[in-house]
Amino acid sequence: MVFAEVRSDPINAAGLLAKVGADEDGVALLFIGVVRDHAEGRRVEGMRYDVYAEMATEVLHKIALEASERLGTDRIAVVHRFGELEIGDVSVGIAVSSPHRAEAYGASRYMIEEIKRRLPVWKKEHYADGVSEWVEGTTPPGTGLDGSTHALPLADEGLA
Amino acid sequence: MSVLVRTLFFAAYRDRFGVSELSVDLPRGSTVADLVAELRGRGAPFDVLPEEPAVAVNQIYSFLDEPLMKGDEVAFIPPVAGG
Repeated sequence: MVFAEVRSDPINAAGLLAKVGADEDGVALLFIGVVRDHAEGRRVEGMRYDVYAEMATEVLHKIALEASERLGTDRIAVVHRFGELEIGDVSVGIAVSSPHRAEAYGASRYMIEEIKRRLPVWKKEHYADGVSEWVEGTTPPGTGLDGSTHALPLADEGLA
Repeated sequence: MSVLVRTLFFAAYRDRFGVSELSVDLPRGSTVADLVAELRGRGAPFDVLPEEPAVAVNQIYSFLDEPLMKGDEVAFIPPVAGG
């Protein structure tokens, strides 16, 4: 079972963790990304995530399937939020379970890196001085513009 | 014969253009690059679109030489920043 969704409602981290797990698994790992109160020296009071919802759902599901194939566990649940978020809100949640820790850490790391690389999501930070700005992002692969066509080499990082 | 495509703008593009969606009529045989040229040729505010923007055609990241068909959905993708 691989579960992936983008949503505007708050992410229930415990609920995400409850979606994974099996008798053969000795490890369950939960990663959450949280909105923090600063960015490059500026005070942040909140942010807005914009999303290309139909495509993001597909891409997120694909990322989860890739992680599943690479790391050999299909107990994966990943959710990305969009809309207005406050400091401390969960923007992304990734739950993985596997027989041993290496696969879970590998799958979790692979997914967050790929989300940052190619999920069609954008964030606009709201600063304390009243200004809001779109955060500078990454040109996704597959568009012929960034020169890279290959996913993160997990084996080289000792994560696989 | 012409080809009507649906273009989508997100994040910074949407803010700059003031619209999230636009239907554009193109000559048959046009590519994504032709669509970009057509939009940039309209002048402000569309001239802030890069000459080589990242795009997704029918929700798949695509190159600029991708041919366009009637009814295609072309999304202009500013640099992504999820997580």
